[in-house]
Amino acid sequence: MQPRPFVSRTADSIPPSGIREFFDLVATQDDVISLGVGEPDFPTPWKICDAVVDALRRGVTSYTSNYGLLELREAIAEDIYKRYGVEYDPGREILITAGVSEGMDVGMRAILDPGDEVIVAEPCYVSYKPCVVFAGGVPVVVATSADNDFRLQAAQIQEALTPQTKALLIGYPNNPTGAVMSRPELAQLAEIAEQHDLLVISDEIYGHLTYEGQHTCFSSLPDMKPRTLLLNGFSKAYAMTGWRIGYACGPAPIIEAMMHIHSYTALCSSVLAQVGAIEALRNCEAEMTEMIAQYDHRRRLFVNGLNEIGLPCFEPRGAFYTFPSIQGTGLSSGKFSQALLLEEKVATVPGDAFGECGEGYIRCTYASSIDQLKEALSRMAQFLDKLDSGKLPVSYA
Amino acid sequence: MQQVLEILAQQGPVDPSEIATRLDRPVDEVEALIRQAQEEGILLGYRALINWEKADGEKIYAFISVEATPEHNRGFDKIADYVSHFDEVHSVYLMSGISDLTVVVEGSDFREIARFVAEKLAPIPGVRSTATSFVLKTYKMEGEIVAEEAGNHRLAVSP
Ligand SMILES: Cc1ncc(COP(=O)(O)O)c(C=O)c1O
Repeated sequence: MQPRPFVSRTADSIPPSGIREFFDLVATQDDVISLGVGEPDFPTPWKICDAVVDALRRGVTSYTSNYGLLELREAIAEDIYKRYGVEYDPGREILITAGVSEGMDVGMRAILDPGDEVIVAEPCYVSYKPCVVFAGGVPVVVATSADNDFRLQAAQIQEALTPQTKALLIGYPNNPTGAVMSRPELAQLAEIAEQHDLLVISDEIYGHLTYEGQHTCFSSLPDMKPRTLLLNGFSKAYAMTGWRIGYACGPAPIIEAMMHIHSYTALCSSVLAQVGAIEALRNCEAEMTEMIAQYDHRRRLFVNGLNEIGLPCFEPRGAFYTFPSIQGTGLSSGKFSQALLLEEKVATVPGDAFGECGEGYIRCTYASSIDQLKEALSRMAQFLDKLDSGKLPVSYA
Repeated sequence: MQQVLEILAQQGPVDPSEIATRLDRPVDEVEALIRQAQEEGILLGYRALINWEKADGEKIYAFISVEATPEHNRGFDKIADYVSHFDEVHSVYLMSGISDLTVVVEGSDFREIARFVAEKLAPIPGVRSTATSFVLKTYKMEGEIVAEEAGNHRLAVSP
């Protein structure tokens, strides 16, 4: 008997991320300069690796508390207090997760009932909407635009509100645009959250990577701590993407519910990653600061370069992405990225992978060496010349 | 100036306009800072960093601890300056601790360096003793780890 299709309708309803498809194409090409990555090019600071190797030798290989090692939760609480002045109780208000990815998933499952709506600002990180859907919620998209430097406007939220709206999901500094939101702008969102009794899920994984001005932690806004589920992690700031370690901070009942789910589905985060995270917080401020300084150099160089070769790019003030417009070329994002890859071997990600409103843009990561960035810019300039002079095969159009 | 120097120290000669963009400063200012650093003897020049152990024409290095007799009013300056003028000498440092000077000597083989020490360095008036240690393998030089590159394990495209 032919087995029936076993995959659930929910799983089936989520298309693979546009990034996955593009990845398969890139894999067929040689000598590619990749601006398509979403992770640091630095290795994890050596001290962190050393601390973990040492822990392994000492036999630190067991399960931890479902919440995560208390020492790590304490270090996180201290770090947040030091940077943003918000106090979290390491005992009840912090959960260690396998990256923001797991925090997002467990967080959604902890707060959503079927039909609950979550307002999601696009373009955004690819996993936001799927996490809402997998948890039985309904994502309601609002589109930010280049006119506002991709910042979410309070009025847009007002329009998207319905009686079912339960939460607002934001991620600033933003992947893919590099946009940041200032404290007064976030305060406007806070006001709406207060008026309409919403939870704000704030993905601040790029918080440390803020190049101009200070990052505002959403829960540091007046009265917002009880309404904020703060998600953060070590992947970007400490160059620890493969370690899978992050954390969620929020009101005790939400964290407890998340811990409950996490205790059945993950049990606990990897103990070694937790040990590494403790070392990161305790001893790697200097390493992190140096990486951020390097990203900042590359950011200026690359943004300047994009504007010079004729791909207008608003100034990204956080994360490590640029989001130049390719509308002037008349190509769609997908076609542009594909043609640039095949013609000049530069991998970028089509903007529509991050939401429909990302169409007309491409995401270029500047977490690459200065030499690679310069080479990529020169290849891109050459590509644009070919486009202008009609020398590209028609199949791209 | 510190930031400009750090870029040059890390990367060697870099176009002033690139430095200006990276630091978000005007180009003239960067050019002026570089000129100033040169004039004040802060920026001495640019060299390539070469792992001679891998190159064909091999060079070897020795670190020589030198005990010397200091001179009235001039300490070790005169003898250190004298030693510095030999072509074989790569660098010379005044040290705290047991020996007085550390002299780094470059040569094409062990014999050449041994001869330099016996015939040129040791006989210098004021040099009381020398202890020669040859470099057998380089692990890190000028801030660069020489070991095999870890390689890039990043995927070409990721979220
Ligand atoms: C905005 C954003 N949130 C979350 C993640 C996932 O982070 P983690 O490695 O902590 O799961 C990423 C990774 O690219 C991201 O860009």
